[in-house]
Amino acid sequence: MMLSIKRIIALVLRYFFLIKSSAPRILELMYWPTFQMILWGLISKHLMTSSDWVAQTSGALISGVLLWDVLFRSQLGFSLSFLEEIWSRNLGQLFVSPLRPLEMVLSLITISFIRTFIALVPAVLLAIPFYSFSIFQMGISLMFFFASLLMTGWILGIFIISAIIRFGVSAESLAWGAIFALAPISAVYYPVTTLPIWLRGISLCLPQTYVFEGMREVLFTNQINIEYFIKSVGLNIFYGIIAVIIFLISFDGARRRGGLINTGE
Amino acid sequence: MNENIIEVRHLSKQFKNHLAVDNISFDVKRSEIKGILGANGAGKSTTISMLLGLLIPTKGSVNILSIDILKHRYKILNKINFSSPYVDLPKKLTVRQNLYIYGMLYGVKNINKKIKNIAKELDFEKLLENKTGELSSGQKTRVSLGKAVINDPEILFLDEPTASLDPDTADRVRTFFEKFVKSHKTTIILASHNMEEVKRLCNTVMMMKNGKITDQGTPNQLINKYGKKNLEEVFLKIARQE
Repeated sequence: MMLSIKRIIALVLRYFFLIKSSAPRILELMYWPTFQMILWGLISKHLMTSSDWVAQTSGALISGVLLWDVLFRSQLGFSLSFLEEIWSRNLGQLFVSPLRPLEMVLSLITISFIRTFIALVPAVLLAIPFYSFSIFQMGISLMFFFASLLMTGWILGIFIISAIIRFGVSAESLAWGAIFALAPISAVYYPVTTLPIWLRGISLCLPQTYVFEGMREVLFTNQINIEYFIKSVGLNIFYGIIAVIIFLISFDGARRRGGLINTGE
Repeated sequence: MNENIIEVRHLSKQFKNHLAVDNISFDVKRSEIKGILGANGAGKSTTISMLLGLLIPTKGSVNILSIDILKHRYKILNKINFSSPYVDLPKKLTVRQNLYIYGMLYGVKNINKKIKNIAKELDFEKLLENKTGELSSGQKTRVSLGKAVINDPEILFLDEPTASLDPDTADRVRTFFEKFVKSHKTTIILASHNMEEVKRLCNTVMMMKNGKITDQGTPNQLINKYGKKNLEEVFLKIARQE
């Protein structure tokens, strides 16, 4: 199967024009990560005055917030860009063109990366003057964490758009809510050992758990745990393959049911 | 006009308990404009969707430009295009942005020049920088038709192409398609409820009812066969007979 860079760029342009056309849309992208960072920054500042443990690990909460938002934003950027096609009843037009389903997935990944970048840069930069905390102190490991979380977000996005293709716009709320079901078991703000034993096994099946565990290890001990990174990426590849297979099955199912034409508001 | 460019054989589509298209077979020749007529629910849009590859048939085969589209649809997608009131272009993008993106998707060369020419021919040059969602339904239809010809398709599928146009604009659009077919040797499959349009544009007409082809021929052949004054009367006769 020949994928075309030109068609992928065409679709990325389509989403980019959409973002560019609306200043409120850009502000909305930046608003929540910045708001979250300020809120959690203030909470951690308060806790630092009353807890030695937190004092030693200042930044753990803010890092958790910022990295969780990488995951959330990448998933949301992916899913919402796809939903734009549903809302604008454009899916039929797209899939009568030579665009292939996997080209659409690759363009959604690209625009999700751009949206996540736009969303997080202000929050990351504002954390430096606000709390004297730079997420960049995690150094090279930050890039690993960032890359792995982006991948996880995209994989979740693929699962979500597969559900939307299968069940129609009634599954739209998954784009907003599904990820929050994973938050408590992803060890974002506390170690996985905090979880009840029966939940730890589930948590350790999630790629993001290793990122947040690794993040704490860097912040607490200044050590990069390569094993965490390998496990996280390995799980991402595993789930990524499953997600793409499910997406292609959903797409095929939509072609059998007529869902590519009828899916819309 | 002898070469079969579309060959449909024993095509059926079953949706749960509803047989939308029931074992239809037909051919379409190069440069032919074939009208598909039928009441709502007759199976016209389902047939077109299967020809476009948007819908997988339950049974049967579709060969377009000698390619089995059920197996190799991507080989011919850059040679076909369509316009339908059941799909839209992204509303928040300008007309130019939309056409540019579709030009890229279809691998069109000199896209900007192409957009300019199409906009001139379909009379929406002044709308190019307007957001697509802000256009009137008639303007949207013309832009959608512009998108449908952006790749100079060998085969064009048109579903109700002039449904929301005023008589003057509808006439211009029909004239545009007459010229387009002559200059590009394009084959058109046209689903329409406008009998005057079908009579003016179509070389052959295929009547559908309850998913089946009930009759086909040139508009004049059908009018003579049923002993009616015009195609509308033929349509009503077929639609109402048990």
